[in-house]
Amino acid sequence: MNHVSETIWLAIGTFLALLGAAYAYDSLFAAHMWVLFFVLLVSTILMLRRISFASAGQAPAAAIKSEYFDEVIKYGTIATVFWGVVGFLVGVVIALQLAFPDLNIEPWFNFGRMRPLHTSAVIFAFGGNALIATSFYVVQRTSRARLFGGDLAWFVFWGYQLFIVMAATGYLLGITQSREYAEPEWYVDLWLTIVWVAYLVVFLGTILMRKEPHIYVANWFYLAFIVTIAMLHVVNNLAIPVSFLGVKSYSAFSGVQDALTQWWYGHNAVGFFLTAGFLGMMYYFVPKQAGRPVYSYRLSIIHFWALIFMYIWAGPHHLHYTALPDWAQTLGMVFSIMLWMPSWGGMINGLMTLSGAWDKIRTDPIIRMMVIAIAFYGMSTFEGPMMSVKAVNSLSHYTDWTIGHVHSGALGWVGMITFGAVYYLTPKLWNRNRLYSLDLVNWHFWLATLGIVVYAAVMWVAGVQQGLMWREYDDQGFLVYSFAETVAAMFPYYVLRAVGGVMYLAGGLIMAFNITMTILGYERRERETGAAPALQPAE
Amino acid sequence: MADKHIDDLSGVETTGHEWDGIRELNNPLPRWWLWTFYGTILWALVYTVLYPAWPMLTDATKGVLGYSSRAELAADVGAAKAAQGVVLEKISSSSLEDILADPQLSQFATAGGAAAFRVNCTPCHGTGAAGGQGYPNLNDDEWLWGGDVNAIYQTISHGIRDTVDPETRISEMPVFADMLQPEEIRQVAAYIISLTSAPQDPSLIDAGKQVFADNCVSCHGENAEGNRELGAPNLADAIWLKASTEAEIAAQVRSPKHGVMPAWTGRLGDTAVKQLAVYIHSLGGGE
Repeated sequence: MNHVSETIWLAIGTFLALLGAAYAYDSLFAAHMWVLFFVLLVSTILMLRRISFASAGQAPAAAIKSEYFDEVIKYGTIATVFWGVVGFLVGVVIALQLAFPDLNIEPWFNFGRMRPLHTSAVIFAFGGNALIATSFYVVQRTSRARLFGGDLAWFVFWGYQLFIVMAATGYLLGITQSREYAEPEWYVDLWLTIVWVAYLVVFLGTILMRKEPHIYVANWFYLAFIVTIAMLHVVNNLAIPVSFLGVKSYSAFSGVQDALTQWWYGHNAVGFFLTAGFLGMMYYFVPKQAGRPVYSYRLSIIHFWALIFMYIWAGPHHLHYTALPDWAQTLGMVFSIMLWMPSWGGMINGLMTLSGAWDKIRTDPIIRMMVIAIAFYGMSTFEGPMMSVKAVNSLSHYTDWTIGHVHSGALGWVGMITFGAVYYLTPKLWNRNRLYSLDLVNWHFWLATLGIVVYAAVMWVAGVQQGLMWREYDDQGFLVYSFAETVAAMFPYYVLRAVGGVMYLAGGLIMAFNITMTILGYERRERETGAAPALQPAE
Repeated sequence: MADKHIDDLSGVETTGHEWDGIRELNNPLPRWWLWTFYGTILWALVYTVLYPAWPMLTDATKGVLGYSSRAELAADVGAAKAAQGVVLEKISSSSLEDILADPQLSQFATAGGAAAFRVNCTPCHGTGAAGGQGYPNLNDDEWLWGGDVNAIYQTISHGIRDTVDPETRISEMPVFADMLQPEEIRQVAAYIISLTSAPQDPSLIDAGKQVFADNCVSCHGENAEGNRELGAPNLADAIWLKASTEAEIAAQVRSPKHGVMPAWTGRLGDTAVKQLAVYIHSLGGGE
């Protein structure tokens, strides 16, 4: 009999959720527990239908043990594509809400609740699923070992989806601890901690069981990502709940210490989630897709340790010209500057790995995506240190320039390298000869690239204009613009930004279609990308 | 497995490791990369000597340049205050009439008032001071409480119906639903609209004029020209604050809505309020 213990645990969880709803300290907790109850109830019913009552001895479990554990990675790939489209869609909606405030639908769908929905959907749901799925794939191949812990990988996957659903529904209900990128309240944080420790056990266990003498560089980055995110998540979310049956909690920190803890977390969510994790992805999928060796082993060692050591100190640059003491601001800034070359080490190693395979940019749209990803990675890891310089920051801080910077990194680097990995993985996981259509990958590439260019360029102009308007004094020493005027001036940029977002979303939808057709086993007939057109014979 | 291998395309030796078909070339660190990295570290060391940086047991190093962001802010604010100080002093000690008479003072006060207006007044009155329904337009000749500079100053300083300020301007139109029949309210609304445009049913005008004479003239005046002593608006000039259609006028008679404007002297200080008064007075409707 299989699935029995899982089903029992789910049933207990369902019952506890019902008790939580019944004895809730506040109405928000009751509402959230009802959401949890129905999610777990449906899961329990689905599991009950899958229980088979054959005797244990008949299960052909022994044979499966020797192969790679890829079923959970298939689910992770589908989840990545699904949450990606959801996250991009919510992004387009909130971009339009900023341009046309009438689109704020109170209370559940106003900007304040939709914005964390967007950031969490793209970073944690899309990016997180991509990282979990690819790390499971990469660590097995490069360690020549099956995932450690058996069904624990399933717990990581489904537990993580439950975290996403609880976080997302919480935001819409109005449950937040108001910490950027760490909005979920204490009970959702605790759940994520459990899931994350399970993830660490699976990943680290697989590395320890490896049949290779050395640990591949991609796994260093994935491991750094998993360990550091665990530390950041636990420390930043230290809080005392008002009631164990209520949503509200109070942070263990206060004042400027609280702000610094939050930005230590916030900046390293960028550093270790969106940089180190996705560098791990790059270090496997770029050499595989290009069919070339990694450019420099020495560079990978030096830039890995330099990146890990420098990044963790750079957070205070989010608090320039605030109550944070000057010395901490200085350190945040100089560590950000020193971080420039360690970040670029990854770019060099990624791009130079293509030396000897540059012709593939013409013929392989997946390589093209990876190259654009690395180019945007290089650009935003130069822009970041530049914006951390106090003189630049005094203009750029609190403006849309920051939003542009984040998106050139998120759409350009994180998005594009993930798309490349998903396009690489799908035919391999489902045993297809090739993707349904490379032409559609090409369409996705151009829509996404142009969308990013529109988005980032518009936000740069908007941000610089905004910053200049805020600090514009006349010759008598009076401010020239009211805040409302600086908001009104952003209208055309906000509309154009939504246009860029729609292009990026369209690319995501094309990917979803392409991946679906590939999984279903279709192959579109099309000529080879980049091949010379067949010449007509002369008549 | 650990045998060295030469990559055909680049001619570079690999490290001899291989994972899932991936090898690593044994290329050295790019020189420009290494030297730029050293350069940023050197720059960081110099910068941390010049500026506050190294945390010690109880405090941090102050930096050779003696920089402090608080001192920088204080210096900037001090310089800004010093640049405006002499003129602000004069504005503070002069009467509003004297400010208007002195071109230098009035120009400065208008600019300063405009700046204060942008920050504090635009949420209600709009960036161009054109107002909106329920929020008076400050560009026209219609003044509820007076349009000379002293009256404007009084309004800004103490607000309207801001009960926290004992000198605030207070007036309240009665709730006529308690005193008039619905038919009479329709009649008086028809009369009021007839002063500036055609009512829906002209036959109500005469009766409405009688209702107006019996109930409204004490505040709004015999010709509905209003009364600034009471903040009673002129109803004969086609400038409307809360109601502009016949139905809205009837609703306002039945159960009037009253706006509130905060008193600003306590928040901005007398000198800023004086400048605001000069700015509002300069917008076109000043008397």
